[in-house]
Amino acid sequence: MELLLEFLSFSDPNIRFVVLGSVLLTASSAIVGCFTFLKKKALVGDAVAHSILPGVCLGFLLAGSKNPLYLIVGAFITGWLSLVIIDAIVAKSKIKEDTAIGLILSVFFGMGILLLTMIQHSGNAAQSGLDQFLFGKAAALVGQDLIVFSIVAVTLIFFVVLFFKEFTLISFDKDLAIALGFPVRRIELVLTTLTVLAVVIGIQAVGVVLMAAILITPAAAARFWTDRVKIMVILAALFGAFSGFAGAFISYAAPAMPTGPWIVVVISIIAFTSFFFAPKKGILYRTWNQRKIKRQMVEENILKTIYSLGAISKNYFQPKTEQEILAARNFETSQLHLGLNRLKNQGYLKRSGDQWVLSPEGRDKGQHVVKLHRLWEVYLTKYLRIAPDHVHEDAETIEHVITPELEAKLEKLLEYPKLDPHESEIPYK
Amino acid sequence: MIKQVENPVLEIHDLTVSYDKKPVLWDIDLSVPKGKVIGIIGPNGAGKSTLIKAIMGLIPISSGYIKLFDEKLDAVRDHISYVPQRESVDWDFPTSVREVVLMGRYGKLGLFRRPRKADIEVAMDSLRKVGMEAHAERQISQLSGGQQQRIFLARALAQQADLYLMDEPFAGVDAATEKAIIRLLREMAIQNKTVVAVHHDLQTASKYFDWIILLNLRLVASGPTEDVFTPDLLQETYGGKLTLLSEITTLMAKEQFPHREAK
Repeated sequence: MELLLEFLSFSDPNIRFVVLGSVLLTASSAIVGCFTFLKKKALVGDAVAHSILPGVCLGFLLAGSKNPLYLIVGAFITGWLSLVIIDAIVAKSKIKEDTAIGLILSVFFGMGILLLTMIQHSGNAAQSGLDQFLFGKAAALVGQDLIVFSIVAVTLIFFVVLFFKEFTLISFDKDLAIALGFPVRRIELVLTTLTVLAVVIGIQAVGVVLMAAILITPAAAARFWTDRVKIMVILAALFGAFSGFAGAFISYAAPAMPTGPWIVVVISIIAFTSFFFAPKKGILYRTWNQRKIKRQMVEENILKTIYSLGAISKNYFQPKTEQEILAARNFETSQLHLGLNRLKNQGYLKRSGDQWVLSPEGRDKGQHVVKLHRLWEVYLTKYLRIAPDHVHEDAETIEHVITPELEAKLEKLLEYPKLDPHESEIPYK
Repeated sequence: MIKQVENPVLEIHDLTVSYDKKPVLWDIDLSVPKGKVIGIIGPNGAGKSTLIKAIMGLIPISSGYIKLFDEKLDAVRDHISYVPQRESVDWDFPTSVREVVLMGRYGKLGLFRRPRKADIEVAMDSLRKVGMEAHAERQISQLSGGQQQRIFLARALAQQADLYLMDEPFAGVDAATEKAIIRLLREMAIQNKTVVAVHHDLQTASKYFDWIILLNLRLVASGPTEDVFTPDLLQETYGGKLTLLSEITTLMAKEQFPHREAK
């Protein structure tokens, strides 16, 4: 805790640079990454990241030192060039986009490694640290870098806000954008340029190899929590910023820990958490929902079974043992037991010794399920012309699905039939 | 049977369209009148969608020209609305029904301007016309096929155009939606708007359309439904493959021949 407070006080200017730099670049990459993600071009970020390396090396060769402006301009040019070539390959040849990306990524990265090795063996003392572009080194950020970073980050955010409507439009329906007369090619050019810029600055912190993660992962994580582009972009920015901050803190607390990889670890944890726990879309919610449905089906089947037994003896409130219920319908014993107890707690059943009695509400509910079952059987025979001996199995599932609105429609459509296809009476209240 | 009209809404002159040097539409020459519901009919792969896309400038044309309201497309874009095929977009996109319909207003807004109150009102009004106002805030992935098509229609209505080009507006929709759409198209025609729709159900074609364009790689016929919707012309559109023509197009694609000698 003390460590966190000390960290948060930003008394050390180095911390200030690293934290601000990390947050700026992760948040701005995440914002741009949202549209890369929505356009289903996630791999493009990876291609740009790898294609930047030769540019960085060329920039260094020209400047003779690690002047950030030279490096960024060099990186920008080759990163951008790679995208232009990918587009040209897809447009002019029969090669598909994924192949073109793989091709360009490796060719550019290969050239980058080649140049890097040459520089490293050239004996130029200024070159030390240039290989940090491979894996990044956020902890090495200094004041001069920060100014460049901030300018680029603010530019990115400004353009995304400015072009928000246009980016959304071309991501959703490009043909409409063209038909409406928008300069789609130029808008795409802006988006491409922003993507390259985001990668260029991000790469200094996390490196070529991990760059795709901070571009795409925040967007993918945010998508789990919302169905609106605007909120998705804001969430992605927050996720990105948090991972940048956390990465910087972890490497501060444990100096042996690298910032960039930790940023990626944190954002990946956020993504996995979203994947499992997000409402509606998360795996946990879905599993839980499945369980709920299963339980509901067991409960309704129990009530239906006891109700049907009562219908035979004309006494719905006669106590039944578990064995009697099991004799009438096959349940898993443990499921039946749990279901009976749940129904007791819900007020649909009463227990006396080892026997179970329907409450008036329980009888109504059981009757309702039977009614839905038989209505559906009528519908199947009448409208789908399915033989009466084949409709029972379908109705067994559908009886649990029919909503009150559908029930009303069904009743009206079938004109309140008295009997089901097996000549059993349909019980109306 | 190709009937040309005076003062056409849409005039196509000697249009040829190719995909990767392979001609898919040959020398189309037609004009259509104002205030009608017009159907483009033909078998699969006849180039129906291609024709609409060529009109909207979504694919390059190899030869000929297209005039809308006697002007080039760019001069009259504001008066034309395009409804793409429903499957052409990702319905999992994180947006709401209202936002999608609002996109119909983007053309009037132009670059950088945000939808104004008036635009939102138009969008809601369009939703009302297709009976979807109750679903305005829904995420679009929750819609059925019929509802998706209604949304696309509402988006087109929000454009307040005079000519509507619709690619398969009846594909994969339920009977109720189909009825609702055709009623809407009729109303639009009464208001002197023109609707051109790609359609491939022959059962309903003669009932839905005032004017029919029969297409199969070339124009077979274009004219009032009663003149065009005849067994002979339908036979010509759907029957008998043009074997020689398809051999030539395959050859052109293989050898990368240009469609016109000098261009």
